[in-house]
Amino acid sequence: MKWARRAAMTFLVVVLAAGLLANWIAPDSYARQFRDLPDVAPSSQHWLGTDDLGRDRFSRLLYGTRISVLLAPAAALVSSALAALIGGAAGFAGGWLEGCVMAATDLFLSLPWLFLLITARAFLPLNVSPLASVAITFALLGCLGWAAAARVICADARALCDSDILLLARASGSSGWRLLRRHVIPNLMPVLSAQFWISIPVFILTEANLGILGLGVAEPLPSWGSLLRELENFSAFSAQPWLFAPLLLLVLTVSCFHVALENREVWT
Amino acid sequence: MRTPGRFWLRALARHTARMLLVLMLGGFLGATLARMAPGFGQDAEELDSRLSRESVAALRQARGEDESLPGFYVHFLGRMVRGDLGQSQTLQEPVRQLLAERFPETLESVGLGLALGWAAGLGLAIAAVMWRSAWADLTAGLAASVLLCVPAAVLALLFVIIQAPGRLVIGLIVFPKIFQFARNLLLRAASLPHVLTARAKGLGGLRVLIRHILPVAGPQLLALAGVSVSLALAAAIPVEVLCDLPGIGQLAWKAAMGRDLALLVDLTMIVTLITLVANTGAELLARRPREGGA
Repeated sequence: MKWARRAAMTFLVVVLAAGLLANWIAPDSYARQFRDLPDVAPSSQHWLGTDDLGRDRFSRLLYGTRISVLLAPAAALVSSALAALIGGAAGFAGGWLEGCVMAATDLFLSLPWLFLLITARAFLPLNVSPLASVAITFALLGCLGWAAAARVICADARALCDSDILLLARASGSSGWRLLRRHVIPNLMPVLSAQFWISIPVFILTEANLGILGLGVAEPLPSWGSLLRELENFSAFSAQPWLFAPLLLLVLTVSCFHVALENREVWT
Repeated sequence: MRTPGRFWLRALARHTARMLLVLMLGGFLGATLARMAPGFGQDAEELDSRLSRESVAALRQARGEDESLPGFYVHFLGRMVRGDLGQSQTLQEPVRQLLAERFPETLESVGLGLALGWAAGLGLAIAAVMWRSAWADLTAGLAASVLLCVPAAVLALLFVIIQAPGRLVIGLIVFPKIFQFARNLLLRAASLPHVLTARAKGLGGLRVLIRHILPVAGPQLLALAGVSVSLALAAAIPVEVLCDLPGIGQLAWKAAMGRDLALLVDLTMIVTLITLVANTGAELLARRPREGGA
């Protein structure tokens, strides 16, 4: 299935590039309104038509791709770093610290993921600027998504602590920062890397769910979640199949992540 | 030597203590966040110019706003123990009444979703592993892969568009995880030497499954059952919101949109309790007396 992985990675690179180059590729700004052309069908001028406010859907899809595809890895990076810090410290220290961290992970994992997110989101102001809403949405994903990864890293760190490699390194005089830099971090990197890549599609899907529920990225900034809200327009469904373009792109991107992650050695 | 009765009692006590600890930690975290959240205690009632400073102070005291954080938490915990869950600010109804009205809807949705997800997921996994049905494996594998890539909220929207019962969406969200996990577990169990020997000796497929494969995969399947409750409850939020089902998920969304923090903390505690009970139950059932007797 090497070809499938290659195809998936090529697709992901294309999507990432499209998001990064949205400023240059997009025919219009995501917020520009063509007031005399609201809700029009696809044409040579507007490839995916316009929304009910007259904004070019194709441009909004490109800018939305930038937000969803670039910020999900950023959130994954934050959650992996937190997991490494919390899980790693608990695994090495053991004792009461490990017990406390395990209790905290138990708590985080016992709360359904979406429930935890909407609860935490509600504790922050809802009426914020679009840019602040983007920052809050992805910061929440990053700050709340560490628990499962921390548990895995804690177990790995504990096993590493008890391993002969570390015993030998200590016996050879390695300690403190050197032990961490030369032996601990390199040995935990594959697990950390896997946790990072696994988190990305999860965060993309979660942002989409939050966006549809109105708790994600605020208008006029587009994201895949906020673009999918257009599907609520039931009456136009049969006449406007192009409304499904963001969904198709999201499903393809997440599928490509799954295909590419099937063999995680590719990433690590 | 420990008797099985004593083992179960000890395991139950240990799990209950852990559950209570996590629950108290959750309550403390929720209460802390509610107490610290911007806008906590702000009430339109205070804007009434006819109220004196003393009246405003009395109102604030009644809401527990002037209390310190530990005081606020103790007050909150005390209310919870007495069964007083407080009043919803946005819906202007006692939380207990709201829960009583909405809990049956969620119970029905989540129960039906779990039953469907498990029946389809486990059934197809058994078909794929036991009868080596390439058709079942390929079809279910493809369906599971696609469903894993679609947000729950989109599935709920699609069901609204095609006017199908929204409750089925929870089953579709649970199904791919059950199928993939159960298939891997059963495949691993089916390749164990004693299972191969049993097959070679001519034991029937059903007997091999019941006597040799399921007992091996059982504990992990039970753990998956606990996790699937959490999955189904998470899916209940978009499903109930978009399909207009008046359950706990919809209530949580309304509370979040209205920043009804007290209601959200209560709901957080209740949902945490449900998932903890499900996970603890699954863990206890998966345990065997000899594990603890050593």
